[in-house]
Amino acid sequence: MIDKRIIIERLFSLVTSFFAMCVVVLTTFIIGLVLINGLDKLTWDFLTLPPTGTMDGGGILPIIEGTVMLVLLMSLISVPFGTAIALYLNEVSSKGAVYNYTMSSVRTLAAVPSIVYGLFGLAFFVNIMGGGLDFLFGYEERVFRERCLLWAAMTMGVLTLPINIIAVTEALKMVPQEQRHAGLCFGYTSWEVIKWIVFPQAKGGILTGLVLSVSRGAGEVAPILFVGVAYFIPNFSGELLDQFMYLGYHLYVLATQSPNVDETLPIQYSTTLVLLMLTFGFNSVGQYMRWKNRKKLQR
Amino acid sequence: MEVEKKALVTKALSITYPNGVEGCKKVSIAVARNEVTAIIGPSGCGKSTFLKSLNRLNDEFGCVYEGSILLADGTNVLALNQYELCLLRGERVGYVMQKPVPFSGKTIRQDVTMPLRGINVTDKDEVNEKLRHALTRAALWDEVKDRLDNLSTSLSGGQQQRLCVARAIINAPEILLLDEPCSSLDPKATQLLESMILDLALDHTVIIVTHNMQQAQRVAARTAFLYEGELVEYDMTENIFSKPSEKLTRDYIVGKFS
Ligand SMILES: Nc1ncnc2c1ncn2[C@@H]1O[C@H](COP(=O)(O)OP(=O)(O)OP(=O)(O)O)[C@@H](O)[C@H]1O
Ligand SMILES: [Mg+2]
Repeated sequence: MIDKRIIIERLFSLVTSFFAMCVVVLTTFIIGLVLINGLDKLTWDFLTLPPTGTMDGGGILPIIEGTVMLVLLMSLISVPFGTAIALYLNEVSSKGAVYNYTMSSVRTLAAVPSIVYGLFGLAFFVNIMGGGLDFLFGYEERVFRERCLLWAAMTMGVLTLPINIIAVTEALKMVPQEQRHAGLCFGYTSWEVIKWIVFPQAKGGILTGLVLSVSRGAGEVAPILFVGVAYFIPNFSGELLDQFMYLGYHLYVLATQSPNVDETLPIQYSTTLVLLMLTFGFNSVGQYMRWKNRKKLQR
Repeated sequence: MEVEKKALVTKALSITYPNGVEGCKKVSIAVARNEVTAIIGPSGCGKSTFLKSLNRLNDEFGCVYEGSILLADGTNVLALNQYELCLLRGERVGYVMQKPVPFSGKTIRQDVTMPLRGINVTDKDEVNEKLRHALTRAALWDEVKDRLDNLSTSLSGGQQQRLCVARAIINAPEILLLDEPCSSLDPKATQLLESMILDLALDHTVIIVTHNMQQAQRVAARTAFLYEGELVEYDMTENIFSKPSEKLTRDYIVGKFS
């Protein structure tokens, strides 16, 4: 009897640790592969020159610029809106039927496949909003009704919005209700409760959640396929109404459209490395903030 | 019962939760000034509901009130607007919860002086003076005076509860509401808190909810017995415990039900 229990116990820890190891091995393998193959091409020139020829030479500067710009604009849209919406839902609204309905809509939105956001962006932002603006300003040719950085950023913003809201909500929920009530009991207004009690405690969680959701957005390609990403533009203009290049999409192009596979393979690896560094960078910032905040609260 | 100097009077106060539960039914009570009044009764009888209405914390739970709550100067608590309510809670009615609520990440100094930010007291000397005074009255000053910049969460449970009392009295409220303040404390910490309550009652009106009848006998001059949301009996504490006039009260204090 005892023997059987011990065997099951051993087996249990063996099986679970095996799967845990698989994750570690897989991560190490992927990163190792990309590092080994991508590192020697990752020169200063690669980062600061535009691509040449059929993209089998030169660097990836406009692609980095386009990616960074898109991520920034996207955050500018989704972070303030997401935080405001989460604050309203959790701290201001009375948590009745409207709250439950809104929250489940947000959860549903977060689960919508990203390609659907792409189609939504094309239909809503490019055609309806862009077309509407053109009509308003009386333009004959298409000015706003074009695939461009602006609509791409908005599409990405909408994609990350529910993720943001959920992240901020989770952070706000970490603050116990009694603390809010204690604040009200010594005469704080609900805004003062948020500012002086909830926010200082939820700050770390909010920032972490925001950074992680932004980094999640930065890794997406599907939503911008139809709304602004370009196959090849040697120079990134930075204009809101121009098209742009994007790391994730560029990888896809390199992998599938290149006539010369041997030439582009190292470029592919280096580009992947840059993309990974970018998203890992975001992630580690998030992790660091979480760690630092936990330290501060536990001092 | 007759009360001469009243600090707070409720008239036919009924409180209904959004789910239809009537937490208090037509409770009329006159609380005497600068005395300790205990509210006792079995679990779920509406003690907390009653107490949380006196500073309208029950607004947060969506309660609907009927009747009135009058302070000594005639203020009807139920008629205050949001802003007046904040002033009332900040300056006139202090509240201490059942479990101590220290704010994580705040030092003892910051924690106790939180209420001062709300009413814009920022002068350093004034803040320090109020801090010292509040902590002294809460019988905590000697224990923490050398570690005011440690985190408030680093204090023991009993100390945290006295810290919450200090926070509640830092603006010298007339009325102090305590909801089972000793329920998470050991006998020694309880004793300390009780003697602190008796000291505070010299110049505060204290209303304390307790399910501990010995505690009511030890600290309260008057005691009110609630049962199923109704005020069954309200009298001097010794009368309640030695010669209660209601059978229900008698059954409760001899422990026939709890
Ligand atoms: N937020 C709420 N929503 C709905 N009903 C509630 C709520 N809080 C309390 N009640 C109900 O109101 C009644 C009185 O509860 P209350 O908390 O005032 O009791 P109590 O006397 O303080 O009990 P205890 O000694 O256990 O703390 C109970 O029937 C309870 O179920
Ligand atoms: Mg209670």
